Amino acid sequence: MKSIHVSTTVNGDAIEFICAPEDSLLDVLRNRMGLTGAKEGCGTGDCGACSVTLNGRLVCACLVLGAEAEGAAIGTIEGLADGDTLHPLQQSFIDHAALQCGICTPGILVAAKALLDRNPDPTDTEVRYWLAGNLCRCTGYDKIIHAVQDAAHKMRSA
Amino acid sequence: MRFARPATASEAAEMMAQEPGLTRILSGGTDVMVQLKAGNVDPALIVDIKHIPGLRAITPEAGGFRIGAAVSGAELAESAGVRALWPGVVEGVELIGSTQVQGRATMAGNLCNGSPAADAVPGLVTAKAVARIVGPRGERDCLVADIPAGPGKTTLAKGEFVTSIFLPARPERSGDAYLRFIPRTEMDIAVASAAVSLTLDAAGVVIDASVALGAVAPTVRLVPAAAEAIVGTRLDAAAITAMTAACSAACSPINDKRGTIEFRTQVAGVLAKRAALTAYSRAGGTR
Amino acid sequence: MALDNTPKRVFKVVGTRPPRPDGVDKVTGRALYGADVSAPGMLTAHILRSPHPHAAIVSIDTSAAEALEGVKAVVTAADFVRQDDGSLRDVLDNCMARDKVLYDGHALAAVAATTPDIAKAALKLIKVTYKALPHVTDVDAAMRADAPVVQEGRSLETVPDGMSQNVTSHCEFGHGDLAAGFAKADLVVERSFTTAATHQGYIEPHACLASMTADGKADLWCCTQGQYNVRTLCAAMLGMEASQLRVTASEIGGGFGGKTTVFIEPVALALSRKTGRPVKIVMSRDEVFKATGPTVSSSIDVKIGMTRDGRITAAEAHLRYSGGAFPCGTVDMGAQSAFASYDLSAVRTLGWNVLTNRPKEAAYRAPGAPQAIYAVESVVDELCQKLGLDPLDVRLMNAARKGTRSSYGPTFDDIGLIATLEAAKAHPHYVAPLATGQGRGLSAGFWFNFGGNTCVSLNVNTDGTVGITEGNPDIGGSRAAISQMAAEELGIPYDKIRTIIADTSSLGHNDVTDGSRVTFAVGLATIKAAQDAVAKMCSRAARIWGIDEEAVVWVDGAAMPAGPNAGKFPPMTLAEIAAVSFNTGGPIAGHFEFNADGAGVSFGVHLVDVEVDRETGATKVLRYTVFQDAGKAVHPSYVEGQMQGGAVQGIGWALNEEYIYGADGRLQNAGFLDYRVPVASDLPPIETVILEIPNPGHPYGVRGVGETPIVPPLAALSNAVSRAIGTRLNSLPMSPPRILKALSKG
Repeated sequence: MKSIHVSTTVNGDAIEFICAPEDSLLDVLRNRMGLTGAKEGCGTGDCGACSVTLNGRLVCACLVLGAEAEGAAIGTIEGLADGDTLHPLQQSFIDHAALQCGICTPGILVAAKALLDRNPDPTDTEVRYWLAGNLCRCTGYDKIIHAVQDAAHKMRSA
Repeated sequence: MRFARPATASEAAEMMAQEPGLTRILSGGTDVMVQLKAGNVDPALIVDIKHIPGLRAITPEAGGFRIGAAVSGAELAESAGVRALWPGVVEGVELIGSTQVQGRATMAGNLCNGSPAADAVPGLVTAKAVARIVGPRGERDCLVADIPAGPGKTTLAKGEFVTSIFLPARPERSGDAYLRFIPRTEMDIAVASAAVSLTLDAAGVVIDASVALGAVAPTVRLVPAAAEAIVGTRLDAAAITAMTAACSAACSPINDKRGTIEFRTQVAGVLAKRAALTAYSRAGGTR
Repeated sequence: MALDNTPKRVFKVVGTRPPRPDGVDKVTGRALYGADVSAPGMLTAHILRSPHPHAAIVSIDTSAAEALEGVKAVVTAADFVRQDDGSLRDVLDNCMARDKVLYDGHALAAVAATTPDIAKAALKLIKVTYKALPHVTDVDAAMRADAPVVQEGRSLETVPDGMSQNVTSHCEFGHGDLAAGFAKADLVVERSFTTAATHQGYIEPHACLASMTADGKADLWCCTQGQYNVRTLCAAMLGMEASQLRVTASEIGGGFGGKTTVFIEPVALALSRKTGRPVKIVMSRDEVFKATGPTVSSSIDVKIGMTRDGRITAAEAHLRYSGGAFPCGTVDMGAQSAFASYDLSAVRTLGWNVLTNRPKEAAYRAPGAPQAIYAVESVVDELCQKLGLDPLDVRLMNAARKGTRSSYGPTFDDIGLIATLEAAKAHPHYVAPLATGQGRGLSAGFWFNFGGNTCVSLNVNTDGTVGITEGNPDIGGSRAAISQMAAEELGIPYDKIRTIIADTSSLGHNDVTDGSRVTFAVGLATIKAAQDAVAKMCSRAARIWGIDEEAVVWVDGAAMPAGPNAGKFPPMTLAEIAAVSFNTGGPIAGHFEFNADGAGVSFGVHLVDVEVDRETGATKVLRYTVFQDAGKAVHPSYVEGQMQGGAVQGIGWALNEEYIYGADGRLQNAGFLDYRVPVASDLPPIETVILEIPNPGHPYGVRGVGETPIVPPLAALSNAVSRAIGTRLNSLPMSPPRILKALSKG
């Protein structure tokens, strides 16, 4: 088995790593870069807990090979805050109790940011369908939708 | 497993043909990654085609569009031109998986994975889409309808892969639609699906139609009898009844954890009816 | 917001919505869950699992696996200490099969290696000779005299002779003269119901990291609802003493009862012992579905008699539950909870537990109650429909209240059922118009709630801040509620308090986070610990002032003389007393340890509107309102969160979730693709109405709230769908093919 040397950018930082050809991007983020914010809930793209952005597109990191990170720009939950200032979405989730156990929260925040980047004023239905790929078992989604909408509102007024 | 990222289509075809072991194409990866992880497939070589020039392009051609094999569902959905011309095709592709899956999944990958329930396929079939295939002996075109060969199987030869799919121009007063049934609102594999494409004359009479069903047979099922039932009509009740009956008669689904034979057969007809009505109104028809 | 007339204490901090202490860590990805840690020299382990639903293990040859380069150890059942206690033995046999594999996915060996790939490759080299045995997965089939026997000799004395050995226990509850009761009824409805096994569906698979050293001490990091229970179980299985094993609970990515026991933790410890290196095990999603603890499946018969004007005269239920291949007592809770919402003079419930070749059941939010109450509330609704009576009025007429002798024995004290029913009746949802094809359903629901063993330690820092150490993993926001109760009691701001969760070496035993016990029991202990600290601070102030301890009182966060006769001293705040504590006797702490009693039951009522597509059987949930008595909502956002989360789990259970077994006895849907939990687009907003009828057993009136909300949705949805389509359904889930079939039957 031949290892692959990959040069990539994660949250704006240049990073190099070595991985096996069959390693997923999720494996690489968690086990080679120590970025454990993206979670493995299923490994098959059915739960969204591993959501990251790849060249600006929302994807499941478990469905991307680590080798594909070569020359790409990856965005993870660790890059959402600006230094010690939380992103409005992160603050809104805390304010609205939009998390209980929090395991789905990184994936949902990354996904919600990807939505608001494209559509700053979504309807509740649009938010729900956009987030359909992010399973949450604790909250019933209600407070998550509120939190996303409140953050969107604040971001539009800023 | 080795990973390769060829720079040209012929390089890709060559390395796949030369490889004695199993090979897999990596485009969006949303099927192959799942299969790798489950241990269902153990390829010696995986070939990433996303860096081959042109494979990520959507290009107007002869009144229609040529869509590169590596165009993701999300990118396709952003193409106003394709959506306006073939809304049913686009809605089929858009239904594949979640937003995250849409960020990666491709129409060509959905086709070549060979699932009988593939969401992109019925719409491509009724659109009479044509796949361009590159292999060790060069390029060929093939109707999308001729590619699925059975669950998980295609008619592609070793070393061949799809580089683009061509959606043709259409006459005025044409419309298409795709519907699928799933138990939730998102995230499920289609239990049954239907695509309808039709063209009307100035009086709103159907002059050409194509009906294809998904998830009710080992491959997508084109149902000529269903199309015949609505040609020459304005989709009156009798025509619809005949069409849905033809659809149900054309089903040969399986019983599995996603649906029973009885359920799939019944619902396929309902979906065909609803898709036909939507296609009709997209074509400008009023009933 | 309360809708009743009980006089209320005025709180300053309790009842507000401050930010939770783990919030920033969780929204930035910094919080560490079970799989998020590694250790130097760490090995990865994978587990070999049976492909057969039932087979004898004739032989296991691990030699080829052990010889593989990179493999450092292999364990089987032989590497664990045999247990005398039946229930410990069952847990151990479930973690690692001994003589027989009892379900598809049952573990029988494990390998630790330097890389995950080597561990997986080594599994393929383990040679197992199985002798396949006939299997049974259905509860009713397993009760038949000729059913394949899952385990022999497990039937308790309560089981009559002549029944299949798969029937392991029997229970009975109730009082009154049933025959006379039914004779008084104007209408008697008798129905049978079935529910499939479901899974808690937590998004975080089980994960742990075990590190045992040559002196026999071990550290175990795992996602768990109960680190002390993990310690007890693992120590027994590994032959260790409690003080040798330190278990630390990670942040937990969901549990709902499914992480109250052990599956991989003893295995990781055994491998770590054998290799002398840290060993990490992370379950795959497939393993979670196949080999952790789903719910029981059930088959239930209910018979209820009602008079023309809505009075229930007699009620009877027979419950047959199967919790998989090991005996379980969940049917007792089902039998007790079934009619708990009603004031009945003649009631009887009988329960049977039955073994099947399926994974060993673990708790899932109010275990046993959802199934039983689904059946009962469906029959009550059918009676209402047939007699033309309003379903809320009928519940109100028959509702359990203070002084009711419950169907399971105890007499109720203050309870909130009538308040929740009246709140539902007064709510706009109840009278909103419905269009054709839509239906409205409701159900009452109940859970006992529990107390349990609890320790809390409260330490006052010299700068006036307070650290609270408690021992219950936070699955719903309890750290915030604990800090709030301490702030209330101490009279200091919430943000001066930090609550952390101890590992097993840092605090005395705490029962598992389950039974909706934490806000109640840990909260009560926190209040007592705070009072203990207050008493000590008053004593310090007394010493400083040179007056009697009894002459000092604590008001608004400060010690002050009790009256003018005690002396003229300005109040000393907590911070001021703390600052000089080293000179007045040393560091100041309060603590409290007890086995809590007095948990109050929690009633709920759910209302739901649905629309059913008659051509496809698809159900759309249009509107959902949860009414529940919380006693006192310490942090209303987190109480709402429990109500909403439980309701949505119930919606999934009612509409789509089920364990699907083929004739081959293997689980067909061991993933989130085909085990269908609700997604965001499936749901409307979940409106919540919190009632507050204080629990007399808690100083602030707190009742547990976490479990009750999963109970009403099953019948609420079934009643709504049944009314929408005009035919009653009696099996869950009500997936579209089943609804379409019911519609076609007319």
